[in-house]
Amino acid sequence: MKAYKIHLAGVGGQGTIKTSTIIGEAAMKKGLNVVMSELHGMAQRGGVVTTDIKIGDAYSPLIEKGDADLIIGFEPAEVLRSIEKASDKTFVIMNSARIVPFTVSLGISSYPDASIIINEAKSKFKHLYILNAEKLAMEAGNVVSLNMVLLGGAAAIPGFPLKKEELIQSMKENLPPKTMEINLKAFNLGYEKICKEH
Amino acid sequence: MNVEKILLEEEGRKLFLLGNEAAVRGALESGVSFASTYPGTPSSEIGNVFSKLAKKAGVYFEFSTNEKVALEGSAAAAAAGLRSFVFMKHVGLNVAADSFMSTAYIGVNGGMIILTADDPSMYSSQNEQDNRIYARLAGVPLLEPSNPQEVKDLMKFGFELSEQVKLPVLMRTTTRVSHMRGIVKLGKIQFPVSKGFFKKEPNKYVPVPANARRMHKEMREKLEKVEEIANATEINKSYDFGDELGIITSGGAFNYVMDVVRENNIPAKVLKLTLTYPFPEVLVKDFISKVSKVLIIEEVEPVMEQEVLSIAGKYKIPVDIHGKLDSSLPRIYEYTPDIVREGIEKVVSHKTEKRRYFKTNVTLPVRPPILCPGCPHRATYFAVKKAVEKLNLKNVIFPTDIGCYTLGIQPPYEMADYLLSMGSSIGTGAGFSHATNQKVVSFIGDSTFFHAGLPGLVNAVHNKANLLVVIMDNRTTAMTGRQPSPSEPINGMGEEVPEISIENVVKGIGVKFVETVDPYNLKKAEDTFERALKEEGVSVVISKHPCALITDSEKRKRNFWVTFTINQEKCTKCMICINEWTCPAFYVEKDGTVKIDPLICDGCGVCTQVCPENAIEVRK
Repeated sequence: MKAYKIHLAGVGGQGTIKTSTIIGEAAMKKGLNVVMSELHGMAQRGGVVTTDIKIGDAYSPLIEKGDADLIIGFEPAEVLRSIEKASDKTFVIMNSARIVPFTVSLGISSYPDASIIINEAKSKFKHLYILNAEKLAMEAGNVVSLNMVLLGGAAAIPGFPLKKEELIQSMKENLPPKTMEINLKAFNLGYEKICKEH
Repeated sequence: MNVEKILLEEEGRKLFLLGNEAAVRGALESGVSFASTYPGTPSSEIGNVFSKLAKKAGVYFEFSTNEKVALEGSAAAAAAGLRSFVFMKHVGLNVAADSFMSTAYIGVNGGMIILTADDPSMYSSQNEQDNRIYARLAGVPLLEPSNPQEVKDLMKFGFELSEQVKLPVLMRTTTRVSHMRGIVKLGKIQFPVSKGFFKKEPNKYVPVPANARRMHKEMREKLEKVEEIANATEINKSYDFGDELGIITSGGAFNYVMDVVRENNIPAKVLKLTLTYPFPEVLVKDFISKVSKVLIIEEVEPVMEQEVLSIAGKYKIPVDIHGKLDSSLPRIYEYTPDIVREGIEKVVSHKTEKRRYFKTNVTLPVRPPILCPGCPHRATYFAVKKAVEKLNLKNVIFPTDIGCYTLGIQPPYEMADYLLSMGSSIGTGAGFSHATNQKVVSFIGDSTFFHAGLPGLVNAVHNKANLLVVIMDNRTTAMTGRQPSPSEPINGMGEEVPEISIENVVKGIGVKFVETVDPYNLKKAEDTFERALKEEGVSVVISKHPCALITDSEKRKRNFWVTFTINQEKCTKCMICINEWTCPAFYVEKDGTVKIDPLICDGCGVCTQVCPENAIEVRK
């Protein structure tokens, strides 16, 4: 199978690595090859976190410029920071809830208005899905389940190589049992939200 | 995935493992008996997994005080006939280098693997040194895995090679291999031998000059044997996709080569080298004789490229050799598939399809890593800054060290002026105090103090330096993922151990002004720093409060979490909390209102002492 390439972009603490691992293990359980790249250490602590996953025939997890099939964007500015991974073919899920870094409060950098980011995303990406994952996560019962909202969204993207049930099974093996109810609810809210957009 | 699966999952099953996790499984499948490390990204997870599994697996494991001690422990275990595994980040091998350089002279009985995790592009390091050069310097065989499966398999290969030739083996990973996740097919766990026996043979183990001269000769003879193995082994293998170009590659770069060559139908032969020192001369000579052009694709230094150039020169082989030295590929930073594709395009006639990708002109906010909400280092920096201001000290030099607190380089703290390596803040601090008339305040963490700060402090006292050393004791090795430090009453095996009192150690060295303070009490901390700054000679303040990640997890367990909010009626928008305290939970609304994000607030409450209007209150 030609590799399906997923890029996740977010901020330290949002659960991007956990989400990637759930996707990766689900692919492995399905009998597909999968490789993934993550960064730890100094790279976390509230900084930018990205992971690349390739499902199918691939040796390297790193995705070439313009070559992502799907970008899962945990934060709007971080979606734009990862824009070079995207081209006409790329599907993009964008969480609209912002995380403003301290550099903005200190006045040493600025965060563009929501409309600027959304207009830029709309003008570039051919297949763009915007959702407020933070709001949906709170609706599910805990803002921390934001990553599962986005995972549910990914499951609804045309061409995504894993089925909803396969991802849910992997969630069960990777998340604490007592959080499953909320995480499952978050996953389904994300899934339904993206389904409605088709 | 439950970490225990790395030990318990059966032979033949598959796990989705990090390169670092695969290293542990590989060691366990090889019957490793002794493992030691000092944590450092990108190698840290190896130790974290051992720390969880060692007891159950019957393996001795320790977080050592530094890499040199870790390597010495493992060398002794190998001398006693056990299989030992020591692992560290690339710069850790510098700390261990003095002993490392003797290991190939002395040799081993049980197999010994030394893993160095290099960090091309410096995601969490001060340099991107290429430790493949160390293998050549020390005379140690070198393995370069490309993915987690290979990391695991090469552990077994490495132990067997080590025992066959009686040399330790160096395994070089990079961040992209250590932190790559992939499917790993498991082998059988082999039970470790619990104790070895050291047979005394001083002529074999003590490199006094007469012995060392003989040992060096023996080492070269052993390496000749390894070179024969490198020429013949299946782990050095070639792939044939055409004739226009020969590519020689290793480690993580191999992955990019395979994807780029196959996706773009590049007519190339690929030689993947895995046992790369001693360099397989016969194998490479044959490979470059078959092609007219060869491109060497490796991270970071042109190590193999120079080997290939010398082979081509020695045998007068008419082949064009490309790589870093002719600028076909970049000389610095890690590679990516894009860089590899562009490099290949420079030397072949075959052009790949032009890549289309988007760009944006929108200016994005800078998002550097930052001290966590509730981090005690923030309070320490704040209090020291206030004390310095109060005494009206100018041009104070702040030598810093390696840990989360290096983030003190950022505004508004800007209290990190000079850094060389682990433990350097005290040595350089003493140096600055002798070389200038400026006041010096050195910052160092508890784990780093024990790692390499101690000799610096002894030196500072012995040579009458004039500086304040602030030991930021957050009760853990925080940056690398909270491994225990010697000042904690627990070790890497999870055993209760005596807490080593930093205060007693410092007093024992003879420092007169030694005080311990909780930085969460800003007023008291500021007062302590002020008095310490007035002292002549070496003074030490231990700023002691647990890492916020520790207190947060305790609060989570107890399900007790308060957060703070700003009483807008009291707030005068003086912005001290924003501009001087700068906790990531604080933000300013468009209309200038200052707010605290309850989802980020850690509830430490130290900000209540910062606010001159007492406007910060517990959120009801």
